[in-house]
Amino acid sequence: MGERGRRARRLRRLGRRHWTGVVGAGLVAAAVLVACFAPQLAPHDPYAQDVAARLRPPAWAPLGTREHLLGTDHVGRDYLSRILYGARVSLATGVLAVLCSGVLGVAAGLAMGVGGRALDRALTFLTNLTLTFPFMLLAIAVIALMGSGFVNMVLVLGLTGWPIYARVVRAEVLSLREREFVQAGVGLGGSPARVLLRHILPNLWNLIVVLASVEVARMIIVESFLSYLGLGVPPPTPSWGGMLSEGQLYVFTRWWLAAFPGLAIFGTVLGVNLLGDALRDLLDPQMKTVGPE
Amino acid sequence: MRGYVVERLVDTVLTCVAISFVVFAFLHLAGDPAKVLLPPEASQEAVAELRRALGLDDPFLVQYGRFLGHAVRGEFGDSFIIRDKALGILLERAPATLELAVAGLVVGVAIALPLGIAAGYRPRSWIDHVASAASVVGQAVPTFWLGIMLMLWFAVGLRLVPVSGRAGPRSLILPAVCLGVYLAPIMMRLVRSGMLEVLARDYIRTARAKGIAEAAILWKHALKNVSIPLVTMVGLQFGRLLAGTVVIETIFAWPGIGFLTVKAVRTLDYPVVQAAVVVVGAAIALVNLLTDLVVGYLDPRIRYG
Repeated sequence: MGERGRRARRLRRLGRRHWTGVVGAGLVAAAVLVACFAPQLAPHDPYAQDVAARLRPPAWAPLGTREHLLGTDHVGRDYLSRILYGARVSLATGVLAVLCSGVLGVAAGLAMGVGGRALDRALTFLTNLTLTFPFMLLAIAVIALMGSGFVNMVLVLGLTGWPIYARVVRAEVLSLREREFVQAGVGLGGSPARVLLRHILPNLWNLIVVLASVEVARMIIVESFLSYLGLGVPPPTPSWGGMLSEGQLYVFTRWWLAAFPGLAIFGTVLGVNLLGDALRDLLDPQMKTVGPE
Repeated sequence: MRGYVVERLVDTVLTCVAISFVVFAFLHLAGDPAKVLLPPEASQEAVAELRRALGLDDPFLVQYGRFLGHAVRGEFGDSFIIRDKALGILLERAPATLELAVAGLVVGVAIALPLGIAAGYRPRSWIDHVASAASVVGQAVPTFWLGIMLMLWFAVGLRLVPVSGRAGPRSLILPAVCLGVYLAPIMMRLVRSGMLEVLARDYIRTARAKGIAEAAILWKHALKNVSIPLVTMVGLQFGRLLAGTVVIETIFAWPGIGFLTVKAVRTLDYPVVQAAVVVVGAAIALVNLLTDLVVGYLDPRIRYG
């Protein structure tokens, strides 16, 4: 058997063992593709109103038409098209908020790990402070007062999400610092910056990737709630949370208005979580909480 | 122990002061309360007059000092909307939030404990797989959407419970279930991994060798040791619990602190928003302090760490 056959077999075995991860990767890939190619995939203009065809049920329900597979909303916009476009807001918020909080948190964690005692104490206090903040209330208040919108939402999520990275990175740096290869780097005369970037940071990547995947899921859920409160991307831009609140008056009589945006959030978050779990098993066996094989 | 207690106390006080500062600074940046208080057609002079009367012309730090001084005595001013003390309005709502939080915790524990124990006792059995699948699904469901769907089915469709509001114990069912589902997955994972760890310990093997009944081992020896990290987690996750109540109160129009704050934010009722964030932040800081002290008392490794 050739090298290629062996590799294919190994991949298949990996896929069977981590089939939930494969499902997760599929869901995430689907969400990303939908977000990228929404204009090509959407059957209708997500902004085009057609009051004559408002509140149409999905195609398979009585009175549904094939014209609108998932029905229409209260002003007659095609629901499927709006859901496809909604992926953009959710994914962009999730990724950007995690990027923002991740960079801040990792920088703070590294600084706490290798900086002096005073810096460590100050940043630890800041970390605990941020964790103590009634985050949900603050986010609602700040966004409501500074004005709702994509940038403000990402900023608030990014500025409140960093402590988790800071804590984990700090603890990891403290233990890595005592390891031989780091000590050797110091002994060979490497500058602190060099030791940090060449020896410590590369050992943190797996941990950071695993944390970030969990955080993307959390950010998408928080984004959808903020959008539901009208504090996210302003209408008429479609977002899953916003769609749930736009049809609020009709949600209880037209089930599809409530069901589909929620299922979209659920599917995306589920995918990110499953992928994250698989990544954790593959990249960081220490974090695994599964029992003996 | 005394050094540890003092350090944590100082941290808690500083945290409360810092929270009050951040809230004050944000609201200060956000807008002019004088314009909110007066009708839009009010004259320039009237606005200037009110600004003077409210002390809004003073330097920022002077204003903050005054705010902090009042806040320490529990005075956050009168609500702009309901002419009453902001703190009083807030505390009136506290029982509803506490009721929801406790009910949600009970539901969460009722789901997480049996599933977690069973899953940890028989790892890789069918019940373990069911439990872990349930926790994965539970973590991915947005709480507010679950609330809407539960209302659709049980309140609008089947008419088993009231749609929203707080009227009698039946109205508590859906919000509590929602909060419980939000809390359960993470608690279940903790119980499961705790069970796995404890059951592998020597003293469990000793107990088994002595011939103690399996049920007694499970309930007396294993569960006791699992409950400590569970209590710790609930204490440290108090903020998460309150964030959950904000979401659920908003959906179910449950008249608690979260619902009040969301409404106050919408009507630019600054005193109420300030009071809410400061009081809730202080409550979280206090619960964290108590948790740390209890854990430090139980586990000497932490206070000397």
